[in-house]
Amino acid sequence: MAKEIKLACNVIEQVEAICDKYGNQPGELINVLHEAQSLHGYLPEEMQRIIARKLHIPVSKVYGVVTFYSFFTMTPKGKHPISVCLGTACYVRGSEGLLEEIKRVLNIEVGETTPDGKFSLDCLRCVGACGLAPVVTIGDKVYGRLQPKDIKKILDEVAAND
Amino acid sequence: MITLTIDRHVVVVPANTTILEAAKTVSVEIPTLCHIDLEGTCVKSNPASCRLCVVEVEGRGNLMPACATQCRQGMVVHTSSPRVLRARKTVAELILSDHPNDCLTCSKCSDCELQRLVRRLNCRVMPYNDGEHSLRKNEVTDAIVRDMNKCIYCRRCESVCNEVQSVGALGAVGRGFTTTIAPAFGKMLGETNCTYCGQCVAVCPVGALTERDYAEELIRDITSPDKIVIAQTAPAVRYALGEEFGLKPGASVTGKMVTALKDMGFDYVFDTDFGADMTIMEEGAEILDRLKKFLAGDKNVKLPIMTSCCPAWVNFFEHEYPDLREYPSTAKSPAQMFGAVAKTYWADKMGIPRDKLVVVSVMPCLAKKYECSRDEFKVNGNPDVDYSITTRELAALIRRSNINFDSLPDSDYDKPLGESTGAAAIFGTTGGVMEAALRTVYEEYMGKQLPRIEFDQVRGLEGFREATIDLDGFELKVCVVHTLSNARMVMDKLRAGELNYHVVEVMACPGGCIGGAGQPYHHGDSSVLRARQRAAYAEDAGKHLRKSHENPDIQKLYAEFLGKPLGEKAHHLLHTHYFDKTIH
Amino acid sequence: MKTLHIEDLNKIREKAQAALVLREQSDSASSEQSCGLACGAKHMQLLCCGGTGCKASSSHKIVENLQKALEANGVADKVEVVTTGCFGFCEKGPIVKVIPDNTFYTQVKPEDAEEIVKSHIIDGKRVERLLYVDPKTKQHVSDSKHMDFYRKQVRIALRNCGLIDPENIDEYIARDGYQGLAKCLLELKPEDVIDIVSQSGLRGRGGAGFPAGSKWKHALAAKAEKKYVVCNADEGDPGAFMDRSIMEGDPNSVVEAMAICGYATGSNYGLIYIRAEYPLAVSRLRVAIAQARKYGLLGKNILGSGFNFDIEIRYGAGAFVCGEATALVHSMEGKRGEPRMKPPHLTDLGYMGYPTNVNNVETLANVPIIMTKGAEWFASIGTEKSKGTKVFALAGKINNVGLIEVPMGTTLREIIYEIGGGVKDGKKFKAVQTGGPSGGCLTEKHLDIPIDYESLKEAGSMMGSGGMIVMDEDDCMVSVAKFYLDFTVNESCGKCTPCRIGNKRLYEILTRITEGKGTPEDLETLKRLSEVIKETSLCGLGQSSPNPVLSTLANFYEEYVEHVKQHKCRAKQCKALLTYAVMPDKCKGCGACKRGCPANAIMGDVRKPHVIDPYKCIRCGMCKSHCKFNAIHVS
Repeated sequence: MAKEIKLACNVIEQVEAICDKYGNQPGELINVLHEAQSLHGYLPEEMQRIIARKLHIPVSKVYGVVTFYSFFTMTPKGKHPISVCLGTACYVRGSEGLLEEIKRVLNIEVGETTPDGKFSLDCLRCVGACGLAPVVTIGDKVYGRLQPKDIKKILDEVAAND
Repeated sequence: MITLTIDRHVVVVPANTTILEAAKTVSVEIPTLCHIDLEGTCVKSNPASCRLCVVEVEGRGNLMPACATQCRQGMVVHTSSPRVLRARKTVAELILSDHPNDCLTCSKCSDCELQRLVRRLNCRVMPYNDGEHSLRKNEVTDAIVRDMNKCIYCRRCESVCNEVQSVGALGAVGRGFTTTIAPAFGKMLGETNCTYCGQCVAVCPVGALTERDYAEELIRDITSPDKIVIAQTAPAVRYALGEEFGLKPGASVTGKMVTALKDMGFDYVFDTDFGADMTIMEEGAEILDRLKKFLAGDKNVKLPIMTSCCPAWVNFFEHEYPDLREYPSTAKSPAQMFGAVAKTYWADKMGIPRDKLVVVSVMPCLAKKYECSRDEFKVNGNPDVDYSITTRELAALIRRSNINFDSLPDSDYDKPLGESTGAAAIFGTTGGVMEAALRTVYEEYMGKQLPRIEFDQVRGLEGFREATIDLDGFELKVCVVHTLSNARMVMDKLRAGELNYHVVEVMACPGGCIGGAGQPYHHGDSSVLRARQRAAYAEDAGKHLRKSHENPDIQKLYAEFLGKPLGEKAHHLLHTHYFDKTIH
Repeated sequence: MKTLHIEDLNKIREKAQAALVLREQSDSASSEQSCGLACGAKHMQLLCCGGTGCKASSSHKIVENLQKALEANGVADKVEVVTTGCFGFCEKGPIVKVIPDNTFYTQVKPEDAEEIVKSHIIDGKRVERLLYVDPKTKQHVSDSKHMDFYRKQVRIALRNCGLIDPENIDEYIARDGYQGLAKCLLELKPEDVIDIVSQSGLRGRGGAGFPAGSKWKHALAAKAEKKYVVCNADEGDPGAFMDRSIMEGDPNSVVEAMAICGYATGSNYGLIYIRAEYPLAVSRLRVAIAQARKYGLLGKNILGSGFNFDIEIRYGAGAFVCGEATALVHSMEGKRGEPRMKPPHLTDLGYMGYPTNVNNVETLANVPIIMTKGAEWFASIGTEKSKGTKVFALAGKINNVGLIEVPMGTTLREIIYEIGGGVKDGKKFKAVQTGGPSGGCLTEKHLDIPIDYESLKEAGSMMGSGGMIVMDEDDCMVSVAKFYLDFTVNESCGKCTPCRIGNKRLYEILTRITEGKGTPEDLETLKRLSEVIKETSLCGLGQSSPNPVLSTLANFYEEYVEHVKQHKCRAKQCKALLTYAVMPDKCKGCGACKRGCPANAIMGDVRKPHVIDPYKCIRCGMCKSHCKFNAIHVS
């Protein structure tokens, strides 16, 4: 669960400005959430309360939407967010094994972030690089045609380049 | 008109009729679970999501939900073909596979719609029960208990909380198998803007949402030799309690109820109706006071004055409209007025020390449970009303006390807090408080007897009703709303300066207390509410005294103890103040 | 803004055609000669794929390096580098195509740019090592039209992908872009436009194949002060990316089609609902919309016709169910993307309560060309009931992974063995999955059926959005069914009972079977439960979710039986049913497996055969991938 974090004043203002930009229309909730998340990387409770207030909708509705869509998150991502493609093409070329290996190496589950905040792990469905299957993305970089034995080396490299 | 065939029946129905409705007209009862339509009120939820009402429509590949499929000309519907029965049973088995199935000890046992349905579908095995259960959060508040592992996700509660009550404390959270209905951020209801109206409990088909049960506390106190335990029963309880014992809705069981309470060991049994008459004395005086100031040109007077008997409504405006909290009357609810008087006037008379006296209210209401816990209704931590039990809890206690309710003789309420008028009798229905107040306000203002005692203009079940009363040239404009979404509409107008009434009555539950969340479950049948409403007016009509200010024991109370309405003592004991409880 | 008239549009077309003629001609020319500036070429173009797949392999860097190399060699004024949309041949990406000799370079790396410029552009000599090698003849093939991958394809929806610069509306106009819209606005009544769409036989490419014309007709008939046209770009099938490629490679075709649809249905408002996970497609659409507005092809009084139309973009947020049109509308309204019962149909009661016509990207991409080439032309392609072409994302255990477009009625065999180049690594074909999580697995016996909406459904699968995944003997069909159910369980909105709980139970039973704990009764239960979920679920997602189970049960029943009766997985995929052992005769005692084992389950001294402790072994297969002597035996 998200920790109680007090947002800085300017973040509050920014979130309010986003709501104003969309005319404080309840129908714009998802657009507002997208922009608010891009501000901060995630959507803490306080931010959702501001949005609920501005758009005149119950905060339970905002929270209901945030928890419905997998794109929205209430926990900060790691510095290097890892996504394992579990699209069918990657699956039949062995992406499940990559996922297992990443989980093992980093000792985290899907949706979690390593204690040092360096890596977070997620799955996604098809990055569209099926020619490179199986594919893992770390940050913006796409790693293709991987085998489980490549994982440790790649993660070590990414961590070392910090 | 549309003609279709349902099983062996040829049915003729108007356009826009669902298969479910059409089937009812030929006595074909298709089972439903998520669907609820309390006709005549705005309580309606039809997500078509449980899929138990599926039927076979010739020419359609898939089975169709009867609750949401409209009849078409020439349609041929099979409601119990082998294919339908197999599918329906499988869906029920799936629901059971994610349900605790602890029916024997569930508080909803024998009143559970799922249980009834499973029996009806003849489910004898649970083929999917070795699977995972969706684990959800549980919570116990002063008024409501949420055991969300029992939730079957019909979403009736979400629908009433959002659409009917416009509160939005509950909402759907998450996605897929683990979806649940809960407050935001995993918070407890007590941390939200929940008003404890309890309508979520009233519509929950299973045991996921129930009332907080105070039976153990009550039995402890009744059996304790050094406690004097007294009961007060709300107006709407007496014509609903019988339903729990197989009587028809609207059957009045006042005398039996009093006997039962005495048999259970209550030392005295009084009537909240007495408190209701007191409320009219105070609220009526307040109405007159504000009207006089208004007519005298006072620009600061807060009009409309709004009723304040309904504790869920009070919670609602404290949360959502604290800026307007000077509009509602400061009069406490009848139950709290009763408690305050019982623990002072009556206790003094009887020589019972406050800490030995236990006041129990029997209410059609869940918010009353929360109301008891308000600090402003306590003296040195000792509440004016110790706790509140619902009509349903009372029925359970009667059964537990080995009392055969049907064969009980009638008894009268104890005096002096048991005397009441017809005005108090109608407090339990929407429009009742307004009518009771008008009877007194009219006579006080005009200084003469009402030509006709009934104010039919304010009666009914519509969510919003208005009337103009001619007070000798002065047009008194009143309106009556029930459900909190209608209250919100009124408050938004008030905030915008567009509300042109002098008096407004608000009740949170559909139909008022007759549809209260503590009443026997209506299971979506609005005829139950209508019968209770008729009973309230019949009770009033049958009373010798029908105006609160004519209640002799009330007159005596003021003469002996309180002084004048709105006087210092009355103000201290019978009035309250409101808080800004905005959730930030 | 000045109104753009048809004459102005034609002028833009003429001007832009000059640049495109070279590309169009080189594609149709038969010459195999390479040419460069040295051979007298006056003007050359380098087309580089800027699709997401190739970008993942640094194609933007290739463009940068090509540009630098051209400048460094002083030929930048004669050679133009164009970033195009997807060429489709993703297996061999990134692709660089040289115009005018139509040389098709594959798997180009940024560091190859210099050589391409020096050798090919300047000296006119092809860089042989970057050419495609035909797997059958082992010969270099320089021109894509001679490759099996392209030979059988008919590109209609993808007509401009890989040919034009998607960020330059002029190039789209040069390819007769916006002529369809012009014809509709200036010559046809809305009813006539709908007639053409109906006569063309165009059906929805997103799933069930509902005739587009009928939908438009319904939308036109709806009476309301406002109507909406929505483009469903929430492509979510795992392993399908055709809509994304169209939006990335030819965004204007979608914009134009929406305007045509708006005119035909009486709507002035367009909305594109697109996955937020498609940043490149979003930015290309934004550019296209902005350029169209600038020309007056969107906005007020388009082409002087008095018709107004504009488009806004709405974002999805990661919910597969939002591909279902009612859920999509809820999502656009800022709500949870939960579907609702139909009727009322969206064409009566849609976005914000207004009639709304929802079409998928690929469906729309066909519309402009139907308008310019006519209904008869389109209807002449395909089968009796399914007209035109279909784009498929061909992936999995196949040699030529990529995006292909073939006429309806092409057989699976042609797609897999001719276009796809057969199964990878010479393995045996086992199944092909079409239709994503809603579809099914087809086998050898289905390879010769001409594919269209009806035939796929009859075979127990469906067209779906067009994912096509090839599987070989190493794929366990129980695990494949489980994979899809895992997807469905994750993506089910949770609203209705059969989908929310039923699919979970299906998944649990499948898990049990893959763990060797299944019983023969489980197979019965799977079938019964699947059928009930299909017939009782609320929306298309639930109604089709058991298809992967039912089709694998129907086509691979013996594999299920092996799992439950013999606790055997013939594809060696179900870990719980496997034993890993070192074959002592092959083991050299190098210790690679021991070092690679994450569970410390391998013991053995140097240069002596090693042993795997079966109790410690977690069956991850790491030892097998580390062993250089093929000494790990899996049984």
